[in-house]
Amino acid sequence: MSSRDLILGRVRAALRDAPPAVAPVPRDYRREFPAADLEILVDRLVDYKAEVYRVPPSEVAATVTAITSRAAAASAPASSAAGNDAAVSRDAAVLVPPGLPEAWRPAGAFPDDGLAPDRIAAADAVLTAAAVAVAETGTIVLDASPDQGRRIITLLPDVHIIVLRPSQVVASVPEAVARLTPGRPLTWISGPSATSDIELNRVEGVHGPRHLHVILLEGDDGD
Amino acid sequence: MRIALFATCLADTLYPQAVKATVLLLERLGHEVVFPFEQTCCGQMHINTGYQKDALPLVRQYVSTFDPYDVIVAPSGSCVGSIRHQHEMVARSHGEAGLASRAADVGARTYELSELLIDVLKVEDVGAYYPHRVTYHPTCHSLRVARVGDKPLRLLRQVRGIDLVELPGAEQCCGFGGTFSLKNAATSTAMLADKMSNVVSTGADVCTAGDASCLMHIGGGLSRLRTGVRTVHLAEILASTEIS
Amino acid sequence: MTFLGMPAFAPRGVGHLRGDEPFPAAARTALGNSQMRRNLRHATTTIRGKSGRVIAELPDWQDLRSAGSAIKADVMSRLPELLEELETRVTTAGGTVHWAADANEANEIVTRLVRETGSDRVIKVKSMATQEIALNEALEAAGITPVETDLAELIVQLGEDKPSHILVPAIHRNRSEIREIFLRAMPGVDPSLTDDPPVLAAAARRYLRETFLSTRVAVSGANFAIAETGTLAVVESEGNGRMCLTLPDTLITVMGIEKILPTWRDLEVFLQLLPRASTGERMNPYTTMWTGVTPGDGPQNFHLVLLDNGRSAVLADEVGRQALHCIRCSACLNVCPVYERTGGHAYGSVYPGPIGAILSPQLTGIEDNASLPYASTLCGACFDACPVKIDIPSILVHLRNQAPHPRAERAVMATASRVMQNPRLYARAQRAAKLARIVGRRGRGLPPPFSGWTAGRDLPEFPDQTFRDWWAAR
Repeated sequence: MSSRDLILGRVRAALRDAPPAVAPVPRDYRREFPAADLEILVDRLVDYKAEVYRVPPSEVAATVTAITSRAAAASAPASSAAGNDAAVSRDAAVLVPPGLPEAWRPAGAFPDDGLAPDRIAAADAVLTAAAVAVAETGTIVLDASPDQGRRIITLLPDVHIIVLRPSQVVASVPEAVARLTPGRPLTWISGPSATSDIELNRVEGVHGPRHLHVILLEGDDGD
Repeated sequence: MRIALFATCLADTLYPQAVKATVLLLERLGHEVVFPFEQTCCGQMHINTGYQKDALPLVRQYVSTFDPYDVIVAPSGSCVGSIRHQHEMVARSHGEAGLASRAADVGARTYELSELLIDVLKVEDVGAYYPHRVTYHPTCHSLRVARVGDKPLRLLRQVRGIDLVELPGAEQCCGFGGTFSLKNAATSTAMLADKMSNVVSTGADVCTAGDASCLMHIGGGLSRLRTGVRTVHLAEILASTEIS
Repeated sequence: MTFLGMPAFAPRGVGHLRGDEPFPAAARTALGNSQMRRNLRHATTTIRGKSGRVIAELPDWQDLRSAGSAIKADVMSRLPELLEELETRVTTAGGTVHWAADANEANEIVTRLVRETGSDRVIKVKSMATQEIALNEALEAAGITPVETDLAELIVQLGEDKPSHILVPAIHRNRSEIREIFLRAMPGVDPSLTDDPPVLAAAARRYLRETFLSTRVAVSGANFAIAETGTLAVVESEGNGRMCLTLPDTLITVMGIEKILPTWRDLEVFLQLLPRASTGERMNPYTTMWTGVTPGDGPQNFHLVLLDNGRSAVLADEVGRQALHCIRCSACLNVCPVYERTGGHAYGSVYPGPIGAILSPQLTGIEDNASLPYASTLCGACFDACPVKIDIPSILVHLRNQAPHPRAERAVMATASRVMQNPRLYARAQRAAKLARIVGRRGRGLPPPFSGWTAGRDLPEFPDQTFRDWWAAR
């Protein structure tokens, strides 16, 4: 007898005396929601220590450049003038998925065309779109579409910048689950990498990107 | 109203003053109290220690004693919780379907004192007077099995002369747990120590609750440490008047 | 002797479901560890506050709990068909499904799969199932190094310690103890390490970075598996989960058979329940969902090991089977007044706290964990906190009824029952008890088991008159 048959046999035996059908699942929880409130999304993201920018589509590239130069300045040794010069003089290496809109790409953007992990890890930042966002929980979901890329590219760089269209924001978790396609690799992101393992206080920054920046597009979706 | 009184074995034996107070209070409010002598124990200790078979005759005893009465009161959230939530289960698991349905029925007519006063008798101000600094321990089974909510506090707030102070960590268990206090005496004592320090921190001279069992536990600790805080059953406070 | 096809308990001699001593003895020792008690009090108080605040934000929390409970009850009643559906979906999506009847078989399967890759090291995402079966010990015995990547698991592994909490296995350690463990056992650690939590987290990041990038096999558990789609989900915080689930060539997921959910849509319930009940967050930082293998993205070899190891025996108990609804959030531990004082090690099993007190004895058979159903005052805080409404107190009472009882206790209980069912005997016993009281003034020096009471408490003064006598004389 295979273990498969053994286990299924045990489970059937265990349920021999169980009632054949259970009552239908009561789904009395909230399932109808008003349009997502972007202010709530921003509040939740900020609560997670993510940084939020609200700009028109035309300013995405400039905003990314501003974020990466600030990050470079912050990480350069303050005592070294040469270091500071280097930080401002070169364009930051911003990794982008192959399908990211051209208009969003800053100077210094380089696409993932199957890069090795060490090249990905060496990027100053990664810039992606998203699939859906949940206002109530401050969650952004990536589904590996061409404008979001392979899962690895948003994992190894220390800075992740996400461009979010207002139409992608829903109010609640049930709406997000309904919008997503189950077969795709999905990554639900709620703030930067964090841990509660030390005295159950949340501390940002462990293995994933330690900095999460969200560019929330203003006005129409810019498409 | 004619009300049958279930004294509970513990209060009958060790805390008669709580049961007497229940009688005097209800009579003062104009009700008739009857005490069926066939009553003994609800069987909770047996059930919760793993002796459902030994509890079955006690369930039967309770049901046959109180079946004739429309309204039954007990000055214990814990015993009422057991009667309402365990009696039917014990009867049913021993194949006694008839007893189970009678137990459910009698259980639905059995009230903890604060429930009886507020839900059935519709009274919050019972006309009591109790000039002491008092803190209230809600007791786990009153709170989470009998689900009396804030009814005892609503009654206490109407008592004249009382200085009611909030107990920090009120909803944490005192560590009694019936035979838990014997089988896991060390852990029980650790829980009691925290409960006592919270009680003492209020500066109250009286700690009250709706369960003689928890009061016996907390009171036993407060007495051993000579804290000067005494435990008094909720019924005793509600029964107190200026002239008594 | 077990019969083929009959529900079976988790076997002895393997895994971490049985302790070395009964709960009261282990608890007694643990209560003396003042540092652990302070750490636990601080941590559980913190998490209770956080969780309470985010749960209060949801107006439909009770409806979500009811839905979660009903979905799990439905899963249990249809488990065979759902397991077969999951197997089909995972296989269709490019994964391979293995069935492990017990811990030994699961360990053999994982060891063989790792060996086939040629790797002598695996990175691990925190997983209760692999803790339960002692996979790390099995891998080490086969010459394979398991590296725990969750911060708390890493603290436990480096400290050669045991996990004491389902969610935060190192909850019994505070920041300065963690610093000392890192300084002592973390290769290449900066000797000027401070006990600032962000600094400690950064040290773990540096230590594991190269390991993440160079290890070709990962082992994980799973929070949910969707039968309808074959999708698996791992809920985490640090990104170590994403690393393990994304970077290696081969991913091996070990999952208890009860973790299944029927439909994709059911996630809308559990993704709301779990983070708020567990870490007290609106949402945990990262959740990864994958369905079989995705060409060009993530591990190209995926193995799912479905584990029984006593679960079918739990399922056979119509009252106890609710324990299989558990989503491992730890809310019951965080609110339990017993757990808060004794910590998790006293429970002996990797499943501590209230859920452990009902799960471990059912997985092993009650004889091997007979003291655990009694490790509770039945205060009911766990039931109220459980996001899937497992009636833990009722199951504790149910298991106590099955537990082996000491002979002397049996005799006392039988006598008490005989007396209590006869009102006349009962009244006589009340008077006898009063006489017995004269023996020990204020009850000091009572014999066992009552000595446990009188060690810390006085007995009440016996009244001159019972209520019954007062009423009769009225």
